[in-house]
Amino acid sequence: MRFAPHTDDDVREMLARIGLDGLDALFDQIPPSVRLDRPLDLPEGISEMEILADLRALAAADRNADDLVCFAGAGAYDHYVPSVVWALAGRSEFYTSYTPYQPELSQGVLQALFEYQSMICELTGLEVSNASLYDGATALAEAVNLARSSQGRDRVLVSEAVDPRYLETLRTYGRGAGYEPEVFPVKEGRGGEPEVGDDVAAVIVQHPNRYGILEPARELFGQAHAGGARAIQVFDPLSLGVLAPPGELRADIAVAEGQVLGNHLNFGGPYLGVIATRLDDVRRMPGRIVGETVDIDGKVGYVLTLQAREQHIRREKATSNICTNQTLMAIAATVYLSWLGPEGLVELGRRCAAKAAYAAERLCEIRGVEPLFPGAPSFKEFALRLPRPADEVRDELIQRGFLAGVPLTDADGCALLVAVTERRTKAEIDALAGAMREALA
Amino acid sequence: MDRSRAGRRAYSFPAPDVPEAPVPAEFARRDLPALPEVAERDIVAHYTRLAQMNYGVDTGVYPLGSCSMKYNPKVAETVAALPGFQRAHPHQPDHTVQGALELLWRLERALCEVTGMARATLQPPAGACGELTGLLLMRAHHTKQGNARTRIAIPDSSHGTNPASVRLAGYEALHIPSDARGLVDVSALEKLVDEDVAGLMLTNPNTLGLFEEEIEKITSVVHNAGGLVYYDGANLNAILGRCRPGDMGFDIVHINTHKTFATPHGGGGPGAGPVGVTEELVPFLPVPSVERDEATGTFRLSADRVDSIGRMHGFHGNFGVLVRAYAYVFLHGSDGLQEVGERAVLNANYLAELVKEVFPLAYPGRPMHEFVATARPLRDRTGIRAIDIAKRVIDLGFHPSTVYFPLVVEESMMVEPTETETRETLDGLAAAMVQAAHEAKSDPDTLHQAPVTTPVRRLDEARAARHLKLRWSS
Repeated sequence: MRFAPHTDDDVREMLARIGLDGLDALFDQIPPSVRLDRPLDLPEGISEMEILADLRALAAADRNADDLVCFAGAGAYDHYVPSVVWALAGRSEFYTSYTPYQPELSQGVLQALFEYQSMICELTGLEVSNASLYDGATALAEAVNLARSSQGRDRVLVSEAVDPRYLETLRTYGRGAGYEPEVFPVKEGRGGEPEVGDDVAAVIVQHPNRYGILEPARELFGQAHAGGARAIQVFDPLSLGVLAPPGELRADIAVAEGQVLGNHLNFGGPYLGVIATRLDDVRRMPGRIVGETVDIDGKVGYVLTLQAREQHIRREKATSNICTNQTLMAIAATVYLSWLGPEGLVELGRRCAAKAAYAAERLCEIRGVEPLFPGAPSFKEFALRLPRPADEVRDELIQRGFLAGVPLTDADGCALLVAVTERRTKAEIDALAGAMREALA
Repeated sequence: MDRSRAGRRAYSFPAPDVPEAPVPAEFARRDLPALPEVAERDIVAHYTRLAQMNYGVDTGVYPLGSCSMKYNPKVAETVAALPGFQRAHPHQPDHTVQGALELLWRLERALCEVTGMARATLQPPAGACGELTGLLLMRAHHTKQGNARTRIAIPDSSHGTNPASVRLAGYEALHIPSDARGLVDVSALEKLVDEDVAGLMLTNPNTLGLFEEEIEKITSVVHNAGGLVYYDGANLNAILGRCRPGDMGFDIVHINTHKTFATPHGGGGPGAGPVGVTEELVPFLPVPSVERDEATGTFRLSADRVDSIGRMHGFHGNFGVLVRAYAYVFLHGSDGLQEVGERAVLNANYLAELVKEVFPLAYPGRPMHEFVATARPLRDRTGIRAIDIAKRVIDLGFHPSTVYFPLVVEESMMVEPTETETRETLDGLAAAMVQAAHEAKSDPDTLHQAPVTTPVRRLDEARAARHLKLRWSS
C-alpha cells in the first residue's frame, strides 16, 4: 500500500517541468559507488488488510492487562483511562500536527500545553512546569543536569530506594555529563543518611519509593538543603490528592512518570516525563515552555517562550538537547486531570490507598507471606516476602489469570511488588489472594 | 479554565467496596490543587474548540523543511490500539509478550536493512535522544581504545540538536565550514580532523537538501584519523532504497520515525529515534535488547552486553510509536519505500521549479527531498521578509515552510512538501508563495498585517519572554 498520489502523467509532466527525462535523473548527484544496486531486502509492499492480519496475529500473541487482572506497577500502572481522554487527545488536529513553530496555526496545542503546565504546578505546589519530557527516568536525568548547572557542583546522591531503572538511566546520562550517581543506603526500605558535602549538587528521593513506601521526605530534603544541595523528588502524580505535594515537602525539583495521567500502558511507551521546579531556575529548565502573551490586537494567545534556553537557538549552550517531546501525552494528561478535578483526584487517591491496604492485609493472611518491610507506611503499592522465588509465583499466577506483581531482587528474589489501582475490585483482590494461597500451598 | 465552577464534576467511580485506609496524617495533603471543576460536556466542548484552532497534516500540506510532515496512515492508529500492544504492561515476563518482542525484533532488522547497519537499539524516544545515544556509543568505543577524545565535528548548517547533544555527551563541538556549493568543505575537514576528534555528525542529504557528493572522501578522512561517523537520519526520506548510510561509510545512524516512517508527531511528540550501528559497535548498544533464541524461535529481553552504555529510556522506548513505524515499513515494502524517496524528491524539485523566480535557491546544486530558498532578493527590493511571506501564505490557506533555518542562509525558507502531496496541492502552494511575493510590491500592508484569518494574529513573543506568564493564576 502506498500513499504517494502521483499518476503516471503527473510524474511525466512534473519531470518535464523540472527538465529531466526520468526519476533516476533526480538522483544523479549520488556517486555510483554508494548507490544500492539491488532492491532492499524486505518483502514487497502489502495491502491494509494484510498488515492488519499480520499485526493482529502479533498482538494476539501477547497477554495484557485486559485478559490478566493487573497488579503490576513498578513505574507503569493500570489506572482507568476514561473515554473522553483519547476521544479528544486523539483528534487528528492534535496528533498530526508538528511542534508549534507557527503559533497562529497552533493555538490549540499551545493553549492545551499552557493548561498542562498550570495543572502540573497546581498538583506539585511548584512554580514552573515545562511542556513535557520523554518519561520519568529521562526527566530525572534532565533534573540532575538542571541541579548541577544551577549549583555549580558535581556530585549526585541517590537513595537506594529509587527505581533501579531510573538509576540505570542516570548512570548512562552521567557518562556524558561527567558524573557517577552515588547511592546512599536506606534502612528498612526507607530513609537513610545522605552525606551532603559542599560538592553535592543534588539529593534524589523517590516518594512513594520503589517499594511503595512513604519516605520521610521533609527530613531528607532538609538534609539536602543543609548541605546546600538541590532536593529532587520523584513523585507519583496520582498520589497528590492524598499526599502532600513536592513543593510543600520543600523539594526544589519534582519529576514524575506521567503515564498514570490518562496514558495507556503501551508496553512502556509513549509515556510522559513530568518536571516542575522553582521560578528561580526557569532559565535552566530543559525543553519547551509555553507562555501567554497578546497579539497585535491585544487578544490573548500562546507562544513557545524562553527559547533562548533551547537547542535551536543556543546550540551547544542549550540547557538540553530535547526537541521532540511528548506533547500528545501531555494533552491527554490535561484532559484527564480536567475529568478528575480536585475532588476526583482525592477520591482516586483514597480508593488506591484503601484497596492497596485491603490487598496487603488479605495477601499477608496467606501462610508464608509477609510484608517485606513490616509497618512501613505506603500508598498504592507494597512489597511482599514470599516463601518461594517471586518469578515462579508470578508465572503460576499468570496461569490463573493474574499479573500478580513485579518480582524484586530483594530477599534473594523472593520479594514481589504489588500495585493496586482504583480499577481493582474487592472481588479481584479476594480472587488474587485465593489464587496465591493455592499457588503457595 | 473559564468554565470551572465549584462542585461541578466529570469523574465517576464505582461504589466503595473496601474499608477506607487513609494515609498517615503526617504525609497527608492539606489544600486541594486548583484543578478545573467541569462537567464532561464542557471538557469536550473546550478541547474540541482547541483542536479546531490547530493545523495538522490532516488539515493540509505542512511543508516544514527538515520535518517531513507526510500523511500519517490511519491503519497505523488502528494497530497501535490493539489490546496486545496498548494494554501490555512493560514488566510482563517475556513469555507473555512474544508478539511485542517479535515486532521489535522484526522492526530492528528492517531498519538495519534500510540503513545498512548490523544491529540497532529501539530505546531512544526521539531523534535528539538517538543523537546522544550515538555519541555515548562513540565515547564508549574510544574509551575502550584507551582515549575518549575531546571533540565532535559538525557542519555549520547542522540542526541545533547536534551541538546540544555533543555537549551532553561530554564533548566539544568543532564546527566545519561549508564550501561555496553548500557542501562540507573537505579540505577544511582534512585540516581540522585529528586524533582529538571522536567523530563527525552529518546528515546526507544535508540540511540544505543537497547530497554530499564527496561522502566517501569525508567518511574516510574521519576514519583515517581514528574517528567514527554519525548519520543524522533527519533526511533519510530522500534516499530510501537508493543508497544507505552504511554503504557510504557511516558507523552510527539514527532514524526519526516521524520523519521517515510517518508516525504522527503529536503536536511536538512522541517520536522515536532508533539507532543502528556497525558490527564493531554492537557490544556498546543499550540494554535490554531483544534477542531471538534460534532453537525455539522465541524472543527475550537480554541485558547481556558487558560493555553496554546502559539504558536510554525507562522501559523499551516509545513502543506505541514503533508499532506505527512497523506498519508503515511493511505496508510499503522494498518497492514502496523506494517510491517514497523518489516521489519526495520529485515533489521538492517540482515545487522549487515553480517558485525559483521569486525565491531563488540558496545554493546552486539540485535539491533532493527539500530545498532551501531565500527571500533575500525580495527583502532587498521591498523590505518584505521571509516571516511576512510565511504569515501571508497562512492567509492564503497553507501552512508555510520553515523560515530562518538553516541559520547559514539569510532569509531562508526551507521547504519540504513530502511525497504524499498531489501536484495540484503543490501548484496551489506555489501560487500562494508567488502571489505573496508579488504583493510585496503591490500591497505590502497586506503582508505586514498578515495573518488575519487565524484565531489570533501575530503574537508578541518579546512580551511573552519579558513578562513571564507560564501558568494560570490560582
